[in-house]
Amino acid sequence: MTAETTAPGTADPKAIEVAGLRKSFGELEVLRGIDFSVARGEVVCVIGPSGSGKSTLLRCVNLLEEPSAGRVTVAGTEVTDPDVDIDRVRRRIGMVFQAFNLFPHLNALDNLTIAQRRVLGRDRAEAERIGRANLERVGLSDKAAAYPAQLSGGQQQRVAIARALSMDPELMLFDEPTSALDPELVGDVLAVMRALAQDGMTMLVVTHEMSFAREVADRVVFMDGGVIVEEGTPEQVVGAPQHERTRTFLARVLDPAAAEVGEVVDSGAAGKRVDR
Amino acid sequence: MSVSKRQRARIVRGVQYGVLVVAVVVFALVADWHQLRMAFFDVEVAKALFPEIITTALVNTVLYTLLGFGFGLALGLVLALMRLSSVPPYRWIAVTYIEFFRGIPCLLVFIALGFGVPLAFEVALDMNVTVMLSLGLVGAAYMAETIRAGIQAVPKGQTEAARSLGMSHGRAMVSIVIPQAFRIVLPPLTNELILLTKDSSLVYLLGLSLTQFELANFGRDALNEHKSLTPILIAGLLYLVITLPLGQLVRRLEARTAKAR
Ligand SMILES: Nc1ncnc2c1ncn2[C@@H]1O[C@H](COP(=O)(O)OP(=O)(O)OP(=O)(O)O)[C@@H](O)[C@H]1O
Ligand SMILES: [Mg+2]
Repeated sequence: MTAETTAPGTADPKAIEVAGLRKSFGELEVLRGIDFSVARGEVVCVIGPSGSGKSTLLRCVNLLEEPSAGRVTVAGTEVTDPDVDIDRVRRRIGMVFQAFNLFPHLNALDNLTIAQRRVLGRDRAEAERIGRANLERVGLSDKAAAYPAQLSGGQQQRVAIARALSMDPELMLFDEPTSALDPELVGDVLAVMRALAQDGMTMLVVTHEMSFAREVADRVVFMDGGVIVEEGTPEQVVGAPQHERTRTFLARVLDPAAAEVGEVVDSGAAGKRVDR
Repeated sequence: MSVSKRQRARIVRGVQYGVLVVAVVVFALVADWHQLRMAFFDVEVAKALFPEIITTALVNTVLYTLLGFGFGLALGLVLALMRLSSVPPYRWIAVTYIEFFRGIPCLLVFIALGFGVPLAFEVALDMNVTVMLSLGLVGAAYMAETIRAGIQAVPKGQTEAARSLGMSHGRAMVSIVIPQAFRIVLPPLTNELILLTKDSSLVYLLGLSLTQFELANFGRDALNEHKSLTPILIAGLLYLVITLPLGQLVRRLEARTAKAR
């Protein structure tokens, strides 16, 4: 296999390895040389101001966006290799979106079984068994027959997490999973993610929930302007940031009210919510 | 003496009602009610039309419409997908087809397939095939545009979610995008079915045998036989029996879509 890039001697390849990653949309260079990696079982939170390229980075990992340059390797498979079967790679990577993106024409259980059956070729009975187990895992075993429109935002997002889990992914990507939720619904989703982290799932999480990052993350990555400004343990990055840009950002996120009366915020507030 | 704005509005409205009442009264006095009734609703003639006007004519109208609609829908879906293809020649073909068949009268297609093809290729197409192709070829052009708009109305996040679960582009289309697109386009497609129901009367041109008569042809034939407009009136009412419930269905579907938003 040409896609195997495991160096001899390293028996356990990183879950994600990103090297020299660049991405431009026309003139606009959104990612300007990103290098970082996520080990198996590690939880990494990506934080940074709006427009800094966090989503784009995440989407380059499962090739929803095609990188302009650089290499991305997922569990030993180089996904930027032109010969790689990207559909095979994607089924090993769970992704959770800010806007949930549940399939509105299918009920919760069918949302969980459709890809199992159509992609993994599981039969209906097995797919439903696995689907129900995952609904149970996110605390929604009673909602199997409900359609997305009948669920609250928090419930929808938990179904979306269960949908990704039903594919038995090796790692999970989360793009601001709680940003579109009413504040009182955020906790349920974070609780599910926390449990997932405790079960040893590899997770790359873009989030503005600093308490979650502090509690759950093994490592925090701060991005700004398409580069990684600093990374380290939550204590290092959130607790004692080294860079001025990180400090400014954290001050704004941790105490938005102070930022509003203080200096003018440049590129949008960090704690923004999506209109629904 | 001055009139206020409101008074003037009231006078204008009064005059309008007055004109209407006078017109109705004059018509009622002048009209020859007996002759009108005989022309439009001669009970004896009406009785003679049944049951064939239902068992043959109405059934054939529905049959021809469904043949054309089924073929048009399948071809329309293919054209819509071609129109959205990333391969430019497919797009060009689809655009050319759609513009061509939307721009010419359906009648012309009936003439081409009913008379042109048999003359030019010395093959006579089966009646049902001719109707299916004529109605379907034109209907497909309209339905393709409708379906394309429906597919594009499905949010991009749906495709992304499907692809991130490992579905191929085609699988995501079939399992996720197209089922949602069809919900969106159900009202306009039902409208298309209404139009096709009426256009199916064009088959009249082809010279049908008695068992192939649909409503318009049946009415025309009975008109000659009975020298009465009654068959035409009843044929018209039977079209409404098909189209009015469909129109009602469109409104219900539209209301449902509006609510789901
Ligand atoms: N498909 C696209 N086409 C053009 N520009 C894009 C596209 N996607 C993202 N961008 C631009 O790239 C920049 C980074 O976007 P990205 O979504 O990665 O930021 P982000 O860090 O996730 O921000 P946010 O916190 O607002 O989600 C933005 O300026 C955005 O406008
Ligand atoms: Mg983003």
